[in-house]
Amino acid sequence: MVTGGIRQLAWLVPVLPISAFFLIVFFGKKLPGKGAEIGIAFTGATFLLGILCFVEAISKHNIVEKSMTWIRFGGFTLQFGMRVDTLASMMFCVVGLVSLLMQIYSLGYMHGDIRYTWYYAMVSLFTGSMLVLVISNNILLMLVGWELVGVCSYLLIGHWYEEKENSNAAIKAFLTTRFGDLGFEIGVIFLYVTTHTFNIGQIEHLVATHQVNETAITIGCLLLFCGAVGKSAQFPLHVWLPDAMAGPTPVSSLIHAATMVTAGVYMVARIYVLFAASHVALTVIGVIASITMLLAAVMACVQRDIKRVLAYSTVSQLGYMMAAMSVGAATAGVFHLWTHAFFKALLFLGSGSVIHAVHTNDMFEMGGLKKYMPITYATFFIGSLALAGVPPFAGFWSKDEIVGAAWSSGNHLVFTAGIITAFLTAFYMGRCLSLTFEGRYRRLPVAGAASDDHADHGEHHLPHESPPSMTWPLIILAVLSVVGGFVGTPFKNAFHDWIAIPGAEHGVVVPVMIVSIILAIGGLLIGFAMYRRAPYGFGVLDPLERLGPLYRAAVNRFYIDDLYIKGVVRPVQYGLSKFVYTVLDRKVIDGAVNGVAAGTVGLGKLTRRNDERVIDGVVNGLGWITNKTSYGLRKLQSGNVQGYAAGLFVGVVVLAAVLFLRGGI
Amino acid sequence: MGGFATWSVSTAVFLPLVGAILIAALPKQIMRDGLVYFIAMSASAISLLISIWIAINFNFHSGGMQFTVNASWIPTIGARFHVGLDGISLPLFVLTFLITMLCTIYSMQWMPEPRNTRPFFALILLLTTGMAGTFVSLDLVLFFVFWELVLVPMYFLIAVWGSPGRREYAAIKFFLYTLFGSIFMLVGFIALYLHSNVAGHHTFDIIELSKLGRAGAFSPLFANLVFAGLFLGFAIKVPMWPLHTWLPDAHTEAPTVGSVILAAVLLKMGTYAFIRISLPILPNAARDWAPAIGVLAVIAIIYASLACLAQTDMKRLIAFSSVGHMGFVMLGISTLNRRGINGAVVAMVVHGLITGMLFFIVGSTYDRYHTREISRLGGMSLVMPWLAGLLAYCSIASLGLPGLAGFWGEFLALLGSWNPARVLSGHVTLYHFLTAFGVVGTLLTAGYFLWLLQRVNLGRPKEEWEGHAFKDVLPLERIAWAPLLILILVVGIYPRLILDVTGPAVNAVAHVFGG
Repeated sequence: MVTGGIRQLAWLVPVLPISAFFLIVFFGKKLPGKGAEIGIAFTGATFLLGILCFVEAISKHNIVEKSMTWIRFGGFTLQFGMRVDTLASMMFCVVGLVSLLMQIYSLGYMHGDIRYTWYYAMVSLFTGSMLVLVISNNILLMLVGWELVGVCSYLLIGHWYEEKENSNAAIKAFLTTRFGDLGFEIGVIFLYVTTHTFNIGQIEHLVATHQVNETAITIGCLLLFCGAVGKSAQFPLHVWLPDAMAGPTPVSSLIHAATMVTAGVYMVARIYVLFAASHVALTVIGVIASITMLLAAVMACVQRDIKRVLAYSTVSQLGYMMAAMSVGAATAGVFHLWTHAFFKALLFLGSGSVIHAVHTNDMFEMGGLKKYMPITYATFFIGSLALAGVPPFAGFWSKDEIVGAAWSSGNHLVFTAGIITAFLTAFYMGRCLSLTFEGRYRRLPVAGAASDDHADHGEHHLPHESPPSMTWPLIILAVLSVVGGFVGTPFKNAFHDWIAIPGAEHGVVVPVMIVSIILAIGGLLIGFAMYRRAPYGFGVLDPLERLGPLYRAAVNRFYIDDLYIKGVVRPVQYGLSKFVYTVLDRKVIDGAVNGVAAGTVGLGKLTRRNDERVIDGVVNGLGWITNKTSYGLRKLQSGNVQGYAAGLFVGVVVLAAVLFLRGGI
Repeated sequence: MGGFATWSVSTAVFLPLVGAILIAALPKQIMRDGLVYFIAMSASAISLLISIWIAINFNFHSGGMQFTVNASWIPTIGARFHVGLDGISLPLFVLTFLITMLCTIYSMQWMPEPRNTRPFFALILLLTTGMAGTFVSLDLVLFFVFWELVLVPMYFLIAVWGSPGRREYAAIKFFLYTLFGSIFMLVGFIALYLHSNVAGHHTFDIIELSKLGRAGAFSPLFANLVFAGLFLGFAIKVPMWPLHTWLPDAHTEAPTVGSVILAAVLLKMGTYAFIRISLPILPNAARDWAPAIGVLAVIAIIYASLACLAQTDMKRLIAFSSVGHMGFVMLGISTLNRRGINGAVVAMVVHGLITGMLFFIVGSTYDRYHTREISRLGGMSLVMPWLAGLLAYCSIASLGLPGLAGFWGEFLALLGSWNPARVLSGHVTLYHFLTAFGVVGTLLTAGYFLWLLQRVNLGRPKEEWEGHAFKDVLPLERIAWAPLLILILVVGIYPRLILDVTGPAVNAVAHVFGG
């Protein structure tokens, strides 16, 4: 490995936010900024260091890898270390930037929260955990970061844990992703046993030199992919992500853009040599990704909650990223991760700004907000165009590259799903823009329910723009959502030169590009027009309800959540567990134990009675012994162990004394 | 080695006994509570310091016994006072004194009813000698004496200071259950003695017997029968499924420090005995039994997690969780390889730290709410943020989050089980399944802990507690808990703290199995 300059210090990238966590927990409350300043300063430093690493990695185009022995005992060595290449340092920048902006944003958004300091501590730990995962040169250390990310997300999603709904969402997120992690963990074990190393570079080397057979590669890939399905919210484990918005909105932006759902995509990209060597694994990924993007896009179309629209759209976009992996265009997938981070963080923070102003998540109660919140509107508009894939905004370049690659690779399933999803994405974003910002403001005090003092301060209930600490992050992200894609245009694809994950090279497919532009703009316009004149008042019908069963199925999440909760979780939680404990444990096993005890006591009594009445006098000697035994047993059972205990105690003390004296000689 | 080094182990083991005798023997008039605390504290603290001194002077590159004393004791039966430590016993030895000391500190704050400090601390100190002695005995008779010595004080701690109601039942159940196993264990010991032949003599010496075992001195039938006897004795102590039903009762009814000691140290006597006695002396029988042990271990993991989901009593839930965690230890042992056994030892120590700590927290929660009914708790994070935070910290550690101590033992046990020792190569497929089901167990574990946290910590306090003043973590609790809390993090980040100690000794054990 060539010596790197600044990247020798890259270990600080995860260490800084993790130190910030401890500092905030122990000292945060005593500081003037209640700990927020530590979080922001340390994350800022992380981000700067990340940029330096990225610049250096791009210019030198090499890998800096450093390890140290973490565990060693006979026949087992575990080395932990960092692997800082362009891919990892790009993630430093993405994670650092989104985390930094969302922390600045939170100054306003979380102002006055009862667990404000704790919130900043957890955000720092969340960021640090993700960076552990990113920097790791080793699948076991990756698993460590992976699990830490999971627990941080649990704590942040459940931040307002007074409400059961929120803690349910937190548990759902943790257990669902953990379910996928079962596969990841077995995969790590399996790969170690197969290749005798946890090191990513070494595993890749062994695979590249054909020292691992293809079946083993396939098994390893599929097991690892289980983890990615959980973390990156792929079908059928996507169910946790829409509920995860129960956490504070800035946390959602972090989860959706940088620190959690990207983990699965990043992992696949990180060990792409392994995945690329298994045709079966890539096929499976392609199928899963296609189902995910389509299903989620359909569900996004029928949501009334603005954050849920965005949440399902994330699931759908993650499907794109995974799809890119499956068609050999890993770099394009990572590129989409990069652009998506900007516009999805933007959209979530924008929705937070909206919710902050109108105190509702229901888009059907909003409307006309562009008048009241011009900055939020403008930035949200840019983010929507970027997500919908309208040129020249960031999302267009990355999405188009994936769809083009799917076309060139001849994977019809992925291509078809990608094209349809492109249309649906544009449609639901048009719908979202229209409902939220166009038309009239629909959330006015309900007639009759309004009390007098409401009438007095009527003006106060009109929404207003958020404070600068919230709008500035929006502006920065909006700029990035415009220019962030220019590094990867077909005219000069610098991003490909930077990241350069080996895989099939794809040229530009002009017809595909034209089709996707038409679909994007068409979808946006249809969505926009359909909801532009949403009628005034509450409880309005969604025009899509005319679709009938399809609408109902989509609103009910295609009954997948119900299946899990009613079909798996509740039966285990309340049924199987009760059976195991009350029947198996208490009645059968412990029943047997108590039965034996009772039987022994009974036998003792019987023997004694027998002894007294029948045999007495006949076998005097034998009877005497039995009598004593049974009597002793009976005493034991009635709680009188003191006799025995005292005897044993005295004996032990005597023995101890003896051995003390003996040993002393 | 000479001087103090020779005597250090025995001094550490018997100092608590001296303390116990002192407390019991001195007249009541001068034995005020303060003096009792002082004696108990000094005895356990000095023993802890000695054990740390031993650890500092320990040779971590050697897999053999160190700090040994081998003196004549009962010549007529050839029982000797043979004690010593290797890397497997050392961590447990230190843990024993640490836990005792912390329990003493904790009891200054929360003395269980009916108070009566003299017998209480005399029994705790007596218990300490028994536990510590078990971990250093290298002679089967000595081992048996220490093993049984533990039984009596624990019986009284549960029966007298336990929670009113079912404490007598729980105490007797604990006593008889364990005694039942001990009888078979003793028969096994005697059989080993009678079948051993070292230069024309029978021996109870564990090291000698291990040499014989390695040389194949015991016939397969004999070895399997003896293994069965020992298995009963040890498995009940662990406890392994389905011999575990004494544990939930004993743990639940015991006073807080009794539960802490039970979980943190006492259970490890069983798993330790498997590694120290069964595996080295009867390697071929161990090979035959290992797959069955592995299966029972994994059943325990899944079964206990499911049972935890059904619990309505917080303490009983933690008690059942021990059954599952000890399942991971036994899974590690059943692999017969270095990864698995190292994992098992780490899991033993770490379970002592984490579950010990959880029982402290449950005890303190009870002392504040006077109930352990999960359904009556809730919103603890709002009324006692630190206590709730510690409960969350330890629960998350217990469910095996990497970065905290619980992860390494489980992970190494699972890693070892995918690819068990060479002598088990006929059972590789079975072991793959054990790994897979063990991993599923970690999911269920996460499930019941998160559900516990949701019901105890989260939400809002129930109406019945309105206006009730709660005291968050008290100074003495802080002192008693800090070492465990710090160790949970330190071992989690730097597992070498234990693995560097255990490594060579585990090599010596696993060597014979080709693991």
